[in-house]
Amino acid sequence: MSVALLKLHTQPDVPLEAEVVNPSTFAGLSETGIEHLKVMHGNVKAKLGDFFKVTGESDSAIHIEGDLSNVKMIGTGMSSGKITIDGNVGMHVGMGMSGGEIVVNGNAGDWVGPEMSGGRIVVKGNAGHMVGSAFRGQSSGIKGGEIFIYGDAKNEIGHAMRRGLIAIGGNAGDFTGVNMLAGTIIVMGELGIRTGAGMKRGTIVSFQDAPMLPSFEYSCTYHPLFLRFYLLRLQENGFTRKIQDQYISGKYKRYSGDGIELNRGEVLLFSRQ
Amino acid sequence: MKINKTEIVDTFAEAFEMWGARVIITADTKQWARAAAASMTGFATSVIRCKLEAAVECEVPEEDTPDRRPGISVLLFTMSKKTIAGQLIDRIGQCVMTCPTTACYNGLESDNTVVVGGKLRFFGDSYQISKQINGRRLWRIPVMEGEFLVDDSFGIQPAVGGGNLIIFGSRKSIALRASAAAASAMREVAGVFLPFPQGVVRSGSKVGSRYKALIASTNDAYCPTLRSVSADTVVPEKVEAIYEIVVDGLNEAAIIKAMQRGIYAAADKGATMISAGNYGGELGKYKFNLHEIVQ
Repeated sequence: MSVALLKLHTQPDVPLEAEVVNPSTFAGLSETGIEHLKVMHGNVKAKLGDFFKVTGESDSAIHIEGDLSNVKMIGTGMSSGKITIDGNVGMHVGMGMSGGEIVVNGNAGDWVGPEMSGGRIVVKGNAGHMVGSAFRGQSSGIKGGEIFIYGDAKNEIGHAMRRGLIAIGGNAGDFTGVNMLAGTIIVMGELGIRTGAGMKRGTIVSFQDAPMLPSFEYSCTYHPLFLRFYLLRLQENGFTRKIQDQYISGKYKRYSGDGIELNRGEVLLFSRQ
Repeated sequence: MKINKTEIVDTFAEAFEMWGARVIITADTKQWARAAAASMTGFATSVIRCKLEAAVECEVPEEDTPDRRPGISVLLFTMSKKTIAGQLIDRIGQCVMTCPTTACYNGLESDNTVVVGGKLRFFGDSYQISKQINGRRLWRIPVMEGEFLVDDSFGIQPAVGGGNLIIFGSRKSIALRASAAAASAMREVAGVFLPFPQGVVRSGSKVGSRYKALIASTNDAYCPTLRSVSADTVVPEKVEAIYEIVVDGLNEAAIIKAMQRGIYAAADKGATMISAGNYGGELGKYKFNLHEIVQ
């Protein structure tokens, strides 16, 4: 497997839209060919090489180094291969991806994996708002795939998500799973307020207690066997220390909601009793 | 050919193509998993009247089950691809879903699959929940204890049914001891099961009957009481009892391995003679020659 190495040499002054950074776009291109790929620097057309030094060619893997906090849309539409980012990354990483893997060895901005339908995004630091969320005006969010955030994430995680798995190793902001249609969100830290507001179906899990909306009703405390499948998978994928045995074999308080919608969603809060 | 003092008859076992599935039942304790497996494999000795042959394959340690609980592997075979889904739905629905703390998972990776959980889900009366993780679709069906978890689809594959050994003994106790030892040795082979009680059959059958309504009847050639009556008798003078062991397997290699172990175990326990049942080689797709197996 050949790897194209991109090193940021010039920090963009305004957000850089680098949706061309995608293994399928790079495939078959020389170093020069990759450097000549078009990007948008604010509202100005530019070349990838204006900001990155490219070394090597890629058949399926891209490695990027530098602080990419101002670089957006990396891995857009990605269907296979792997992108590794040593540093922070900006908004919309993995937008619309359907396969492959993006690993961010740093923090990610807002909108991680919007409109995702497959593949996996791993952020080893924190993430901003709207992880795995629907774009404003869209009726549904991610339709599949996995988003793993090892640190914290801010508001509206999994907004209107329809399918897939989002795992947050740290704390979540407010409105986690707002308008959720289905799928699974697991937060190992604390949830903010208004969790699951407007959710129709789907599962939101937290290892901590959380304030529930009055439109969610407590059903029972039980062993949700299905959760083992998710927790065992997360244990194998970087959450080893956070997924303790007590969370795998323990009981959870089940709240059904949102009562203002179908009332077929659930929030499962780990029970320490 | 002889092994110790046991004569190995120069014949072959004739076996048939079947369709098989492997089901992994887990539960909070091994006892509940066993209870579900026992219920699921009840009335499943022969396709002649049960429409299905099934038995426990082995116990599965916690670390190897999908949900890390004690597990039991069950093999279930039918004569056709069309009938296996119905049997799985009926038996998982009536025998596993009903059993406290259990869950039921597919244990066979195959390109051929049948929908099982996807049908059983309707028991949930619209309260059922589907979960997809890592390519696996599970159904959570609400029950009075909590939830019953079952895989949406189960793999099925062509399999082999009807491998057999016929074990002769000078006394009934010797024949039974040799047969039990053979069954015990055969059950240790992965991918096979012995559908009859403790793996041993006393009422071996032949194809057809003098009564038109029956498709099978007692194998008079092997009945000691008919030695002087049946024209087809093969019962030697000094033989008092005969038992049969039927073995089904996911493939030919597993059947051969099991039969080999069975022959040696029966010989070790003093069987007078070991033979096998066949129909002249005209009915079954598979033939397992005893002399080739032990060589």
